[in-house]
Amino acid sequence: MKNMRRELPIWLFAGISLLVNGVLITAAGIWEIVHPPANPVVLFRLHASVWWGAVLLALGLFFCIRFAPKREP
Amino acid sequence: MPFLALYAAPRLVSLSPVDLVIVVFYFALVLGIGWYLRGRARTGEDFFMAGREMTAWIAGLSFLSANLGSLELMGWAAAAYQYGILATHWYWIGAIPAMLFLALVMMPFYYISRTHSVPGYLKLRFGESSRALSAISFAFMTVLMSGINMYSMALVMKVVLGWDIHFSIWVSSLTVAIYVALGGLRSAIFNEVLQFILIWAGALLIPILGLIEAGGWNNLKLQIAHNASPQYTHLWSTLGSFTDNPMGIHWTGIVFGLGFVISFGYWTTDFLVVQRVLSAKDMRAAEMAPIIGAAFKSLVPFIVILPGLLALAVLPTKLTGETAAVASGGHSYNEVLPLMLARYCGPGLLGLGITALIAGFMSGMAGNVSAFTTVWTYDIYRALINKDGSDHHYVNVGRWTTIVGVLISVGTAYLVMQFASIMDYVQALFSFFIAPLFGTVLLGMLWKRATGPAGFWGLLAGTLSSIGMYAWVKVDHTALRYVALSPNARDMAENMYRALWSWVVCVLVTVVVSYLTSPKPESELDGLVYGVTKIPEQGKYPLFHRPAFWATVVGIAFVVMNILVW
Repeated sequence: MKNMRRELPIWLFAGISLLVNGVLITAAGIWEIVHPPANPVVLFRLHASVWWGAVLLALGLFFCIRFAPKREP
Repeated sequence: MPFLALYAAPRLVSLSPVDLVIVVFYFALVLGIGWYLRGRARTGEDFFMAGREMTAWIAGLSFLSANLGSLELMGWAAAAYQYGILATHWYWIGAIPAMLFLALVMMPFYYISRTHSVPGYLKLRFGESSRALSAISFAFMTVLMSGINMYSMALVMKVVLGWDIHFSIWVSSLTVAIYVALGGLRSAIFNEVLQFILIWAGALLIPILGLIEAGGWNNLKLQIAHNASPQYTHLWSTLGSFTDNPMGIHWTGIVFGLGFVISFGYWTTDFLVVQRVLSAKDMRAAEMAPIIGAAFKSLVPFIVILPGLLALAVLPTKLTGETAAVASGGHSYNEVLPLMLARYCGPGLLGLGITALIAGFMSGMAGNVSAFTTVWTYDIYRALINKDGSDHHYVNVGRWTTIVGVLISVGTAYLVMQFASIMDYVQALFSFFIAPLFGTVLLGMLWKRATGPAGFWGLLAGTLSSIGMYAWVKVDHTALRYVALSPNARDMAENMYRALWSWVVCVLVTVVVSYLTSPKPESELDGLVYGVTKIPEQGKYPLFHRPAFWATVVGIAFVVMNILVW
């Protein structure tokens, strides 16, 4: 089994997950700023979706770049 | 049963389309990982031990994630609301010392012996009868517990989201079955790491926003003192008497019952968690993995206990027990985490929070199923039924056992749906084996005089004494004053003292029988017992790369944290 192609690291999958979730949550947060909900959550004024989504997005991006498969020289 | 009462409750939250996309994406990703890893589980070492090539970080996070089930998250958040900060003991003294002990003292013997499982170690140290007793009890209890967790989680999904209970059971269990059967332990571990990250991503926002709303830790304590009692924010100072704290427990029960026997029993001998560390690529990684797990375990109260405490301060309504909640149409303690999630999380964040709960459930279930599969295949099927199969044959047995294990779990879930009291009995049954097993493994590793028959009889006597004490209190409740040292002791206190006594019985019987029987020659104990095993040199590493250094750092942080909330 040792001659199989190099295994993608788990951190890449984690990065993809954080990236996709970050994009979706940030987008949902921006949408709510533009279209405020009738029954906002507590502390809505802090727009947690936007900055928490951005944190996840940034982390996801870092993991994806850091652990992306490299072309063999 | 409390959870049955939830069945009729209305849903707490509604998911928006973006929440549903996040949940569906999660299922697609875990199945994708299983599919991607399907070709990397062709040999027994690959399928059952993940090729023994996991790094310390992967093994460590997986080690912790297998224990971070959703019911654990929701149950301890509920306990924090009900009993205050005392619930933190289950994360700190009830875990950290044991995890560090596993890393520095026990891991070398597990790792050097090249065992596939904890029952496998008992076979090498004490013989076939000890392995059979341990393996059969572990395999069946694990798969039954998996079914109970599955049912409870489906019920939570019904209450929180209004999802059909059959849909939740089948979708989640089949997803776990597919990715574990395809990729074996490697797939389970990869997904557990992913699930660990999602649990933190989904749950960490609640304490952050909660502390902002409460006005910081000091204001939170003042509000809790006003709404409940000042006792709720003290970890040790109320444990001098059974009647001075909301849990009805004494410090001796916490230190010796929880902190020593239950905690060491679970974290050092429960194969569900130990299996993750055995997959480490070398001994240094195997030692570092529980230390990394311990570091993160010490932080888990921030996403579990703190939300429960915050709910005491910020929720406008008072939560009650299940019966009162059903009668009044209000909310129960068990709903505290979803309530806090719904309080702060809008579209998107809510989906991530729900995904965190689902991820927690699936990581716990995958842990149960992969541990069951290994113990069944190696310690029951190969040991007792078919000794001469090929490696390929055992891998196939492992794949089918994964499917069968999940189906038994589903069957258990439906059985519990009909007869809810089974849940209590199976959970009690599981607790009967953990404390005595720790006594047997500990003496096996640290005392070369312990003999094979002594290991078996000690384990059996400890288990039977635990069952006996449980039955005694069930039949005559006044027996609590003897078993738990106080008639005021609650269930949790009783569990701790029962564990302590059963461990003492196991150790005493093992010692007595050892002196009545002939010891094994030392040459047969090499690699299994302290004092006759040469621990291999791990090479010269700088201080920052040594397990002992990081264990000291985690140990100091553990002491400081306890003092801060004394």
